[in-house]
Amino acid sequence: MQRVGVFVCWCGSNIAGTVDVQAVSEALKNEPGVVFSTNYQYMCSQAGQNMIIDAVKEHNLTGIVVCSCSPRMHEATFRKTAAAAGLNPYMVEIANIREQCSWVHKDMMTGTEKAIILGKAAVAKVNLNTPLTPGESPVTKRALVIGGGIAGIQTALDIADAGFEVDIVEKKPTIGGKMAQLDKTFPTLDCAACILTPKMVDVAQNEKIRIFSYSEVTDVKGFVGNFDVTIKKNARFVKEDICTGCGACVEKCPMKKVPNEFNLGMDNRSAIYIPFAQAVPKVATIDPNACNMLKNGKCGLCAKVCAAGAIDYTQKDEYIEEKYGAIVVATGFNPISMEKFDEFAYNQSKDVITSLEFERLTNAAGPTAGKLLRPSDHEHPHTIVFVQCVGSRCDSCAEKGKEYCSKICCMYTAKHAMLTRDKYPDTEVYVFYIDVRTPGKNFDEFYRRAVEEYGVKYVKGMVGKVTPEGKKLKVQASDLIANKQLHIDADLVVLAAAIEPDQTARPLATMLTASMDTNDFFTEAHPKLRPVESPTAGVFLSGACQGPKDIPETVSQAGAAASKVIGLLAKDKLTGNPCVASSNELMCNGCSSCERVCPYGAITYVDKEFRMPDRTTKVRRVASVNPAVCQGCGCCTVACPSGAMDLRGFANNQIMAEVDAICK
Amino acid sequence: MQTITRDQLLDKAVSLLADGTVTAVLGWSKGEFDYDVTPAVFKTEAELKENFVWNDFCGANFSKYLVAKMDRLEGKMLVFLKPCDTYSFNQLLTEHRFDREKVYAVGIPCEGMVDIAKVKAICGEGISSVDCGGDKLLVTTLYEEQPVEVATAEVLAERCVNCKSKKHVAYDELLGEEGEVIDSNRFDEVEKLEAMTPDERFAFWQNELSRCIRCNACRDACPACTCEKCVFDNPNSGVENKAPANSFEEKMFHIIRAYHVAGRCTDCGECSRVCPQNIPLHLLNRKFIKDMNEFYGEYQAGAEVGSRAPLVDYTTEDLEPGEVFDRRDTNA
Repeated sequence: MQRVGVFVCWCGSNIAGTVDVQAVSEALKNEPGVVFSTNYQYMCSQAGQNMIIDAVKEHNLTGIVVCSCSPRMHEATFRKTAAAAGLNPYMVEIANIREQCSWVHKDMMTGTEKAIILGKAAVAKVNLNTPLTPGESPVTKRALVIGGGIAGIQTALDIADAGFEVDIVEKKPTIGGKMAQLDKTFPTLDCAACILTPKMVDVAQNEKIRIFSYSEVTDVKGFVGNFDVTIKKNARFVKEDICTGCGACVEKCPMKKVPNEFNLGMDNRSAIYIPFAQAVPKVATIDPNACNMLKNGKCGLCAKVCAAGAIDYTQKDEYIEEKYGAIVVATGFNPISMEKFDEFAYNQSKDVITSLEFERLTNAAGPTAGKLLRPSDHEHPHTIVFVQCVGSRCDSCAEKGKEYCSKICCMYTAKHAMLTRDKYPDTEVYVFYIDVRTPGKNFDEFYRRAVEEYGVKYVKGMVGKVTPEGKKLKVQASDLIANKQLHIDADLVVLAAAIEPDQTARPLATMLTASMDTNDFFTEAHPKLRPVESPTAGVFLSGACQGPKDIPETVSQAGAAASKVIGLLAKDKLTGNPCVASSNELMCNGCSSCERVCPYGAITYVDKEFRMPDRTTKVRRVASVNPAVCQGCGCCTVACPSGAMDLRGFANNQIMAEVDAICK
Repeated sequence: MQTITRDQLLDKAVSLLADGTVTAVLGWSKGEFDYDVTPAVFKTEAELKENFVWNDFCGANFSKYLVAKMDRLEGKMLVFLKPCDTYSFNQLLTEHRFDREKVYAVGIPCEGMVDIAKVKAICGEGISSVDCGGDKLLVTTLYEEQPVEVATAEVLAERCVNCKSKKHVAYDELLGEEGEVIDSNRFDEVEKLEAMTPDERFAFWQNELSRCIRCNACRDACPACTCEKCVFDNPNSGVENKAPANSFEEKMFHIIRAYHVAGRCTDCGECSRVCPQNIPLHLLNRKFIKDMNEFYGEYQAGAEVGSRAPLVDYTTEDLEPGEVFDRRDTNA
């Protein structure tokens, strides 16, 4: 029989406000095995922990129940306390009487009653606890960064700076991401390329960093410190190590009518291409959907002009398997599709564009060499209407937009409006908005400059309809402050499209078993205290994959993620989780149900010889769990028809004892 | 009536025994009554000729017997499999429950088996003999001077009326004609239950399950119940061997069992056939099958060896539980 000590925490008034902690500690005194029960203001404080250590010694406790906050908050704390008192850390059970009790109840009676029940369940469980010893696993001292935008670049540079190897996997032919497409950056108006491309070069030149461009992660196995990742290097039909990036092939390629994705289809590129001048790695890539040689074997011009002999039409996709200790997700964002927003005539007129397209139109390296010209007739627009929140904060239009605020649009629209008025003072610029949100250092000053110094006409209200008519775009809008309808003949309409996580994020999250919210943004382990860690150990979050972010925020989060990775890789060994599954071989049927549901591939089968009651032997197929790979999710214990599979620390009999205690 | 005759099966068994292909035969043997046909292992021609039976009462599904009966056997076992039995056969292979190499499976056609309870409902108790022949049964009882004629079609078991397949999905050799998978109405019975209000449904099952005597026949006959140690026999499981002390426990037994076989049950109907209290237990399992078909797409356990049942499978494309639930509404 265990000698159980119960420690009820007040959590200041967090628990004690709705739970009679004295009554709880009194009631639990009578539970089986309980030899000591008390309550205290802050159990997690040094004084509280000392109280536990003293009680263990004084009353020879073998098990501890702490009635406090969620185990996610302080289970680790109290396990350490138990260890300090000379107990096995896994002899501690937490009854969550805060999040699951005091915070959800308003009434002292019901709160206290439930707290007692939860405490009884924890006591029933701890009576069946057994000491557990975690195993150790080595740490592979290399990190993987998925995504080569500014988030991935910064994370990789910071990790490499600490002396660890980093691989960047980028699905596009070059790193750089969205920032490479931008013109100027708010609120300082530095040129994006001027501050980004030196970092890209740093990445290319850093000995610790390898870039897998035009590649994707196809499989992730293993666990923190020991991930086995399969990277698919898509065939670019150009030998990366030989290509010098001279561009002769690009010039000679006869297939020049391929929409250029880097300029969002506003001009064309050749079938063999280098996305932009400062691309890293600066090597050509052949688009297999456009190249005549690859499609029907006719052409081969690029191979003829390539002095280095880098063209290889027979190149195949290559699969690389690599081990990593940590994985950083930096998959970034995309503007949402404007296809469903018929009211803005995006599909009907070339002169209705998104803000990212506007960036390319004003970028010196863009399709118009930086001159702001209408896409339809290449004339200078005199009246421009910017529409904010297109698809953002969209409660009523969830099927085409997003409910959240995309956060960056207010600032970049102010930037676009200001720069337009600066370069082309003869242009009239309207901005239609719901609210203008400018929380950030020097952000509000920036917006006010757009209005006060540059004369941008900000109108509170939404654009109802855009109708192309001749060369004009008829804009119907409401001015909510003046309470009147506006009719504007615009030359160009710019839509601040909402942003959403990249399409690759969801399948990646599944591979990583990392959690996501309903909008497919990765969820952080704790919104305030662990903002750059995924709840899945060894997986970290960098940049807009976690939520909409501007560049300064992304860079600071990227650095934070890097420091977490460095902290992990600096360790030589990781302590594993002893709460893993194990199979009772005498009961195992060898049916494979557990193997099939295991998300981690931790279960294999072995043929084992068993001695039968009649002294004969019988060879049977039985399940065997690899404790280093098992994450203790418990799927197998549910799938096992005979109950042979059980989870240490969460054994079937412990769970049943809890249920029985609750239902008693 | 059956299209294949006892003599054909007997000849096959005798010749396979004689040429050494098999050393034993799993077949149906005479029981106490004509309708009380029992599975048996035959090792000699003499035993076969004396006791081997093939008629409209040979409902027993032999697949499960392969799990227990093969350990000590030298050589191969001949097993006769009706179409529905072959699904259980495959399912057990999927679960690695017997050694395929030690089995010689002969597929035999089946025209449906008779439910003796239905015969008794027409002819009353005290049946002394039943003569199967043509499309009629000739039933002699202790209380009637003349044998009563009963149309076989009238007294077929529910699982045979709603037969899901006349096609054999596994065999080494096939006797007679191969049939087809049937687009049966087997889920109609489940729909009737679904149409009830929760109270009506509870009352229905309470009435049915209240007759349960916990004889374990359903579990013992079920080809999906082949655990080395059944939870109901395991003192550590918390549900071991409890007699139906109250209505809660008898329900729990059947509900736990239905969950344990969910996704692995081929809907062979043995549970209901062997139930001495005539509880339509197969409807519980069939409800699970219907739900899984609707939630995850059509799945027939045992249709092929190695297939992965939706409930005991993990793929990275798995739907979130919430999505599965939403999908239910669009299907309904």
